[in-house]
Amino acid sequence: MATYRAPADRRRAWTYVPMTALAAFFLFPIVFMLAASLKTDHQIFADMDSVRAFLPVGDLSFANYAAVFDRVPFWRFLGNTLLVTAAVTALGLVVNSMCGYALARMRWRGRGLVFGLVIATLILPFDTTIVPMVYLVANLPWIGFDGLTPVLEFGWLNTYRVQIVPFIVNAFSIFLFAQYFKSLPKGLEEAAAIDGAGWLRTYWRIIVPLSKPVFATVAILTVVTSPATWNAYLWPLMTVQSEELRPVMVGVQYFFQLDTAWGEVMAYISMITLPMVVVFLVFQRAFIQSIASAGMKD
Amino acid sequence: MAIAVERPVEGAAQAAPPPRRRSRSRAEQRAATAFAVPGVVLLLVFVIGPAVVSLVLAFTNARLVSPTPPEFTGLENFQRAFTEDALFRRSLLNTFVFAAVVVPLQGGLGLVLALLVNQRIAGRNLFRTIYFLPVITSMVVVSLLWRFLYQEDGLINSGLSLLTGGAWAGQAWLAEPSTAMGAIVVMSVWQGVGFHMVIWLAGLQTIPEEVYEAGALDGATPWQRFRHLTLPLLKPTFVFVLITITIAAMSLFVQVNIMTGGGPVGSTSTLVLQIVQKGFQQQQMGYGAALSLVFFCIVLALALLQRRLTRDGD
Repeated sequence: MATYRAPADRRRAWTYVPMTALAAFFLFPIVFMLAASLKTDHQIFADMDSVRAFLPVGDLSFANYAAVFDRVPFWRFLGNTLLVTAAVTALGLVVNSMCGYALARMRWRGRGLVFGLVIATLILPFDTTIVPMVYLVANLPWIGFDGLTPVLEFGWLNTYRVQIVPFIVNAFSIFLFAQYFKSLPKGLEEAAAIDGAGWLRTYWRIIVPLSKPVFATVAILTVVTSPATWNAYLWPLMTVQSEELRPVMVGVQYFFQLDTAWGEVMAYISMITLPMVVVFLVFQRAFIQSIASAGMKD
Repeated sequence: MAIAVERPVEGAAQAAPPPRRRSRSRAEQRAATAFAVPGVVLLLVFVIGPAVVSLVLAFTNARLVSPTPPEFTGLENFQRAFTEDALFRRSLLNTFVFAAVVVPLQGGLGLVLALLVNQRIAGRNLFRTIYFLPVITSMVVVSLLWRFLYQEDGLINSGLSLLTGGAWAGQAWLAEPSTAMGAIVVMSVWQGVGFHMVIWLAGLQTIPEEVYEAGALDGATPWQRFRHLTLPLLKPTFVFVLITITIAAMSLFVQVNIMTGGGPVGSTSTLVLQIVQKGFQQQQMGYGAALSLVFFCIVLALALLQRRLTRDGD
């Protein structure tokens, strides 16, 4: 038996060689980052030409992490990122799913036009309109409050809303929702209408509970790929100057200097990477599924 | 799933008779409008609006902050871009070169990874997780990390020196015009390939097992099975992967912004970097809008190409 299986086993064993080599290729920078974040700059460079570069050995301390807190208001940055990410994702789920629902399952005048609009903006990368976007948000009106008196203000620069509102709507999310809602069984609405439920109740009580997978997919894709959520960098760099509103990724700018303190840089980027890695490891199956279904849209 | 349909809805007890068709359709019109309006308004203001503004500004000399109102200047911005602005032409070329190298590299490696983790072997989920890990790492983080790795006294050089027994002298990868773009290519593939591995993997898993069994019965070798069964069946995935990597590659920005600022001597400057530098940092909004329009046309062409390729597949 054993001899009979040998060739297949041997071939199988061989596939571990390239797989392990590739794993090393994908892991080495991350392991190096984590190890270096615990070392002094002197030791980082001393360890560079041996395997010690990847190992937490030598004179280890959390001094770099402590230094990060001295250099940047870390909790403030993290709070800003979490707030903006949560707002863009949650509001996006509501707005895009309702729009997708109207497109997929309701008959109304203007539907074809709106559907055309969504398809037309599907591929428009955000970078193509970034320059007029800055101009636009610098002049947009907003109703602010002076005490209890509403005041018409102009300009959205240096606010949370400039980081949130422009990114709520997403043509691709609308598209994914519409596709999913179309696949639900016909007649759900008619049954609900006979029971006296209005459209909003039907949507909220029947459609949403049946559609949890697509909500999860859109939420994950928003967090991982939106230019305004966890990875937000260019947009807040251009529109938010006040420190107390900045997100974590813009915080890397605080470490750009002539004589870079690399230990601190490694500590900071470890701090802004690990939360997302933990979330990914916990919800791994959902992450992979979401990205896979994005590719299956055709 | 259909069970939920039977779940009693609140108020079901006093169920009204089915509403008349006409009033229902009017109610439907009202409800649908209410459902769609928030999305449509946001889409018009923040997606279509800026695109239209960009289209107009591209033909003016508008500045971000300016005492004088913008003037219509016709095709002057485009003329400047393609005849006077050597840095823009260099950036356009760099962007195309980057895309031309990254697309086959990332798409191909993604497929190899997908084939590897699609085997029925122990630990394949662990390998899939490891290959996907860089995707979860922000490009901002990745760029800073690799900037350190690429330094003259960085890890890449010490690794090469170790492998060659000290023969490798070492070089500052990002400071040399000849190696800077290549260094950014390698790093970008490292970060993005896991994403496309997952998409390839989903494509591979749509191929029914029987196809391979039939192939094996016909005596096809593993290579023949891959060449004549797997590849043709992956065509829809192929088009999707091709276009998403191409559009992402054409948008190259964060890496060069953090690692090189477009240097040395323009060797890593890109289209989006130029849009941001001209349109925002130098406040030449009209010119920046013109460059955006060039970018938009390229992306549009790619999207049309995708539609054509997928239609051919049907």
